Amino acid sequence: MIVGDQGPKKALTIAGFLLPSLLPLALFTLGPMAASLGISFLDWDLLTSPEWLGIANYRELLGDQDFWDAVGHTFWFLALYLPLVVTGGLGIAIALNTGVRAIGVLRSMYFLPVVTSWVVVALMWKWLLNPSSGLVNTVLGFVGIQGPGWWTDPAWAMPAVVIATAWKDLGFVMVIFLAGLQAIPEDYYEAALVDGAGAWARFRYITLPLLSPSTFFVLTISLINGFQVFDQVFVMTGGGPAGSTTVLVEQIYTHAFRYSQMGYAAAMSWMLFAIIIAVTALQFRAQDRWVHYG
Amino acid sequence: MAESVLVADRDPVDTRPVGSPATPAVRGPGGNDRVRRRRQVAQVVRTVLILAGALVMLFPFAWMVATSLTNESQLFGTPRLIPDPVDTTAYRRVADTFPLWRWMANSIGVSVVSTTLQVITSAMAAYAFARFEFRGKHLLFGVYLATLMIPLQVLIVPLFIEVSKLGLQDSYAALLLPLIASPFGVFLLRQFFLGLPPEIEEAARIDGAGHWQVFTRIVLPMSKPAIATLVVFAFMAAWNSFLWPLVVINSEQLMTLPLGLSQLHGRFATEWNLVMAGSTISVIPIVALYLFTQRYVIQGVALSGLKG
Repeated sequence: MIVGDQGPKKALTIAGFLLPSLLPLALFTLGPMAASLGISFLDWDLLTSPEWLGIANYRELLGDQDFWDAVGHTFWFLALYLPLVVTGGLGIAIALNTGVRAIGVLRSMYFLPVVTSWVVVALMWKWLLNPSSGLVNTVLGFVGIQGPGWWTDPAWAMPAVVIATAWKDLGFVMVIFLAGLQAIPEDYYEAALVDGAGAWARFRYITLPLLSPSTFFVLTISLINGFQVFDQVFVMTGGGPAGSTTVLVEQIYTHAFRYSQMGYAAAMSWMLFAIIIAVTALQFRAQDRWVHYG
Repeated sequence: MAESVLVADRDPVDTRPVGSPATPAVRGPGGNDRVRRRRQVAQVVRTVLILAGALVMLFPFAWMVATSLTNESQLFGTPRLIPDPVDTTAYRRVADTFPLWRWMANSIGVSVVSTTLQVITSAMAAYAFARFEFRGKHLLFGVYLATLMIPLQVLIVPLFIEVSKLGLQDSYAALLLPLIASPFGVFLLRQFFLGLPPEIEEAARIDGAGHWQVFTRIVLPMSKPAIATLVVFAFMAAWNSFLWPLVVINSEQLMTLPLGLSQLHGRFATEWNLVMAGSTISVIPIVALYLFTQRYVIQGVALSGLKG
């Protein structure tokens, strides 16, 4: 205890340390957060005065085909993206972990896209996947394959977005897995070798179970980020072609800032939040079955 | 790169073998040769896989630079990694048409100021949470943790309305306001402060140092690794931020690089050498920062995974 560690002086000291963070947090995060819930019950275009709607926005959302399409596209995105980034990240982490001397340099290379902004990544891949003269289709043409229309073709636009996204996130996932792998005690593998376990058995019965906390973390983070996918979609496809890549955040943006439907957009953002919470909660409930801690 | 350069049996510092430890404990007679050959094959496969992967990771960057130096007329011809001739017109045209350097200055300014603010406010709040007992502390910390989980999208509508009501739309202030406090920073630094050895602080307090002195002279200097991690994360988040600037900024002069680049792409939809020139310039600062701080970046990410 120091002098002035009690009473009003102590309260002042604490407030002095806390307020520089608490005040802006209250004004620009907590306040708007609470307001957002209220706004979601309004009809408000910011030009005329708001009108109370009750739960009408939410009811309308449930019958809004565009909204459900966006939900469907978001899940389609996740269905393509998750397996790609998890198996890819794990594969590279395992390869890097088995005695590669230049591991530091290689790890840095794989991580480089992670620090690059989504806009740049999206532009790079939009050019690489240019249907007529992009490098990918040109190279495919050399070997006699007619490349798809990528972001100009409704069937291929989402895979194009997924490729760019997985490319950027692979290094992140790899670093998480690598840290997890390095935390597995070597003795386990030695004991398994003594017992005559093959490479697959060691992977299946030692690596996978002991790595499950890292896998769980990767899945949780990737799902949460996946539901919020926006920047790369906005730059690469803008939701098109023919609305084939509309996603939830893009719909929120469109309704709020193109159609000036603030209440509707706010309601949509809470639906997004609810979906994220629900999926994350499901994941945490299921984790007892497959995640093994220490 | 040759396989022998890249692959060692085991790296004692960085790695622990997963697939095949270097010294098998027990082997039957005669099995050794086959095992060794199989291990060599596995190592070649791994090396090829790793190098192919690294190529896939680096090539788009190389292609971006190559395209930016390609003459417009050759853009849709035979692809060349080294353009012939090397043509810097794209850079000049981008800089002539758009305030590229202004965007760069805006991005640097917003990132530096917001990172500085976040480090200061987060470190102070973290000190309060780590070193004081007060009523409602756990509840308040719970609020900080909860805000960590709120997606930016839930905030974007009300925050936009708030900023326009304050008359701050289309201003630097609008870009900075949501970036003053950082729940992530408070969480990270509090964890770190709690792990610091208490003896030095106690000694200083007995010598009559106040909390501010303890905080600035002892706690902060001892927390450099954690602060470095926060600096890197906060800087990257601000530097790469897109949705909020997109919503709140209209003037070309106030745009940050990601927003400016998307404008540039909108204007020059098919002139990819210009788009790639803008992209190349915009990645230089962040890649440079990354190369100097990668230890903290990768450590921070790796630790977040281990604790999760």
